[in-house]
Amino acid sequence: MTLLKEPDFGTPARPGAATTELTIDGVTVKVPPGTSVMRAAKEAGVDVPKLCATDNLEAFGSCRLCVVEIDGVKGTPASCTTPVREGMVVRTQNERLGKLRRGVMELYISDHPLDCLTCSANGDCELQDMAGVTGLREVRYGSGVEAGANHLDLPTDSSNPYFDFEASKCIACSRCVRACDEVQGTLALTIEGRGFDSKVAAGAGVSFFDSDCVSCGACVQACPTATLQEKSVVELGMPTRTVLTTCAYCGVGCSFKAELRGDELVRMVPYKNGGANEGHSCVKGRFAFGYASHPDRVLEPMVRNTLSEPWRKVSWEEAIGFTARRLREIQAAHGQGSIGAITSSRTTNEEVYAVQKMVRAVFGNNNVDTCARVCHSPTGYGLKQTFGESAGTQDFRSVDDSDVILLIGSNPTDAHPVFGSRMKQRLRQGAKLIVVDPRRIDLVRSPHVEAAYHLELAPGTNVAIVNALAHVVVTEGLVDREFVASRCEDFEAWEAFIAQPEHSPEAVSDISGVPAEKIREAARLYATGGNAAIYYGLGVTEHSQGSTMVMGMANLAMATGNIGRPGVGVNPMRGQNNVQGSCDMGSFPHELPGYRHVSDDDVRDIYEKLWGTPILNEPGLRIPNMFDAAIDGSFKALFVQGEDIAQSDPNTQHVFAALGALELLVVQDLFVNETAKFAHVLLPGTSFLEKDGTFTNAERRINRVRPIMAPRTGKQEWEIVCEIAQAMGYPMHYDSAAQIMDEIALTTPTFAGVSFARLDELGSIQWPCNVEHPSGTPIMHEDEFTRGKGRFMETVYVPTSERSTRKFPLILTTGRILSQYNVGAQTRRTANVAWHAEDVLEIHPHDAEVRGVSDGDLVALSSRVGRTELRARISDRMPVGVCYTTFHHPVSGANVVTTDNSDWATNCPEYKVTAVQVDLVPEPVADEAAREAVVAGGNR
Amino acid sequence: MSGGVPPYVRLANEIAAQFAHRTPDEAATAIANHLKAVWDPRMKQALITHANSGATDLDPTAALAAKKLQAPS
Repeated sequence: MTLLKEPDFGTPARPGAATTELTIDGVTVKVPPGTSVMRAAKEAGVDVPKLCATDNLEAFGSCRLCVVEIDGVKGTPASCTTPVREGMVVRTQNERLGKLRRGVMELYISDHPLDCLTCSANGDCELQDMAGVTGLREVRYGSGVEAGANHLDLPTDSSNPYFDFEASKCIACSRCVRACDEVQGTLALTIEGRGFDSKVAAGAGVSFFDSDCVSCGACVQACPTATLQEKSVVELGMPTRTVLTTCAYCGVGCSFKAELRGDELVRMVPYKNGGANEGHSCVKGRFAFGYASHPDRVLEPMVRNTLSEPWRKVSWEEAIGFTARRLREIQAAHGQGSIGAITSSRTTNEEVYAVQKMVRAVFGNNNVDTCARVCHSPTGYGLKQTFGESAGTQDFRSVDDSDVILLIGSNPTDAHPVFGSRMKQRLRQGAKLIVVDPRRIDLVRSPHVEAAYHLELAPGTNVAIVNALAHVVVTEGLVDREFVASRCEDFEAWEAFIAQPEHSPEAVSDISGVPAEKIREAARLYATGGNAAIYYGLGVTEHSQGSTMVMGMANLAMATGNIGRPGVGVNPMRGQNNVQGSCDMGSFPHELPGYRHVSDDDVRDIYEKLWGTPILNEPGLRIPNMFDAAIDGSFKALFVQGEDIAQSDPNTQHVFAALGALELLVVQDLFVNETAKFAHVLLPGTSFLEKDGTFTNAERRINRVRPIMAPRTGKQEWEIVCEIAQAMGYPMHYDSAAQIMDEIALTTPTFAGVSFARLDELGSIQWPCNVEHPSGTPIMHEDEFTRGKGRFMETVYVPTSERSTRKFPLILTTGRILSQYNVGAQTRRTANVAWHAEDVLEIHPHDAEVRGVSDGDLVALSSRVGRTELRARISDRMPVGVCYTTFHHPVSGANVVTTDNSDWATNCPEYKVTAVQVDLVPEPVADEAAREAVVAGGNR
Repeated sequence: MSGGVPPYVRLANEIAAQFAHRTPDEAATAIANHLKAVWDPRMKQALITHANSGATDLDPTAALAAKKLQAPS
């Protein structure tokens, strides 16, 4: 489409029915009470000139350009700050108003560079537009130096890798400052000085880069001039066309306008109508797309017979033929179950569906698993057992109705920043926050946000804590008896279980390190504070009792009646953009699409008839089982779609041994990643800018991913999978990704009403989407649970076997940082490395001191399975005895030390608890120069 | 293999620990049902073989679950 410019109504919409009627320039319009005159005018088709107003910010009333006349009202009030009144008669254009506006514009222009023709915002500048709209023909004060004192010599701040701050072009409208406050919630920007000295500042005397700015870009988007401008626009010029698509990073799944000149992507602008993000973005989604055109991209297939041989670039025909032949040879030699595949949460639903179909219909087994195995598989298990559906209960918008937010093992301002901003805004409106986390995440205390309670528990004691919270609910008479009686089952047995003294806060206090009274107060707040919502992340799932904890949270929500309406629920914060979708698409080895077990004859019958081939009724191997089976010799070939298991999976040495034991490893990826070092075939993949398909985010929202360019490799990834299937003798063919979605809808009840045409019509759809819910289901379990009655499950606390010892006295836990994403394959190939060039070990001052470690020292981090080295950062965010790192860089390789321990029900690795020792490395390591070279390489 | 224990034994023992609060028969039934639902046939067979060998590194409830897996359903 041509460049999509969304209408700007000037001020935000107000809720409620359109009951207030007024007349604007002779046009009658009805709007909800509280609407501004400016917005009402826009709805009546009348554009009122404006500069400081935009409709994602509350009215500010500073520019005085939007003045109007209102019958019975003295003077000329600003239309942005004046609410509508019944019967109001408004005039927006006449000679008097025109004169006032020209006077305002004269003052602005007298202190603004007159370089419009060479300005980067030429064609997209509201100041320029308003000069035209107001009919400005002269500036009586002169311009520049002749006008007297001015700001034209103010320096430009280019410190941010992605945008410039050209202060000389600032009109001090405060839109950027307000966007940082009202949209992002960081409050990094301010107006410094008074009167003529007023200017935008990022903190006190520091550059944008050194300030608290998180580079979300909301200020850039809000700026009406070229003052805050994307460097890409400065370099390339204004875009000329738009493609609506979906971000390829975290599970929020933001909608973006990809703005291009020809096939060249100029910038990403968050889409106002995006259901998940409603016009907001983070530094990754908005700016970190350069990896798609990075020179490291592999664009041609490569093959080698053995790992000791160099890669050989080959044709697609040869690569696919080689892959198919080797897979069949290995099956002939070692059995039907000797091969399998791993799908990725970074690929589309259609690509994932194609891979699981290839495994089931062509490989003839169920050896397909997804990378969600190592993040949210316990969510699928736990919510299925209790609620009957393996998905979160709410839409993101629901948090606007929450009174209490229980945030467990999740750090949304870093890992899910756009939702984190939304949560912050709700907290600033007065919702109460309970944080359950060993680490003091930013939301515990940040500008205008402070948690009511921070339960700083010992890693590995989640279940003990959730049981203690439930114990308080049960023993202090806080159960919602009506909800439980009408909506749930197995309550009495659970009630007796949870009321046992071993679950009391006093008993759990010793285990968790959290004071009993704090647990009691938090439980009371959750149970009695109004709408209470649980949000959780990998700090819940990546434990030996991840599934038990998910069930424990479901118990708590059901016992207090916090399910089935806006503002409540149990909500997993999914790590990658398509974790939900990859799970939905049947890439678990025991489930066909829609979470239906492979042993279900009726379900298998659907696929057997459609695919014309039998499907095994026994589960296949999960990822950790594949590794074990590779080492024991019964699993010989693996197809890995877009996932760097050599870096992301635990116990690196074990993974390396498994990959090294395979006779054939096929990797489909953008880059020669760590896993590809063990591969025999590398099939180049497509970036999200080339994909055609859908992603499903953490709120079950199916969003379209639309290509802005043809695949740089010449093929969509699902086409490659189909061609392998064909080469193996199975007729698998689709004309388009839309056709794959049609097959998904045909065979999967929760997707029955989904199609590309319907998605284009509605924008996005939250499944279930079927005859009963033709437009989707924002909130689940409203009248009854998917399984009928919600089921209470006994959640016995069983301590992890991973404990600190004399040899490994500290507990390591892992997480993410805002600027980087997962194993960093994408973000390390962008300017985001400016913020996080290497992983560091956060260690408590006490633990550091006794080891002689100072900030910035190189330390050795060792566990019972491995050892790595990284820099120390002294921090009291963790309690004594706990240290923390991220896993974004292969150089340090945090998973060298994580172990084989896993969730009992799903085998999700226990990344969050590893007993370690930290030792100072006294001398620079021999390969320090190599380390630095690798880090520097990421800066390209 | 971790510490000389085959992976399927380690995993079965970890599952058994979660059901230790139940009677051995109840626990074994629950474990067997879980294994039936999510374990690959080769892992189930390996566990059955291991249990039948009289190995001592297998949790008794897990061993009972293996016997239940073996029994025709």
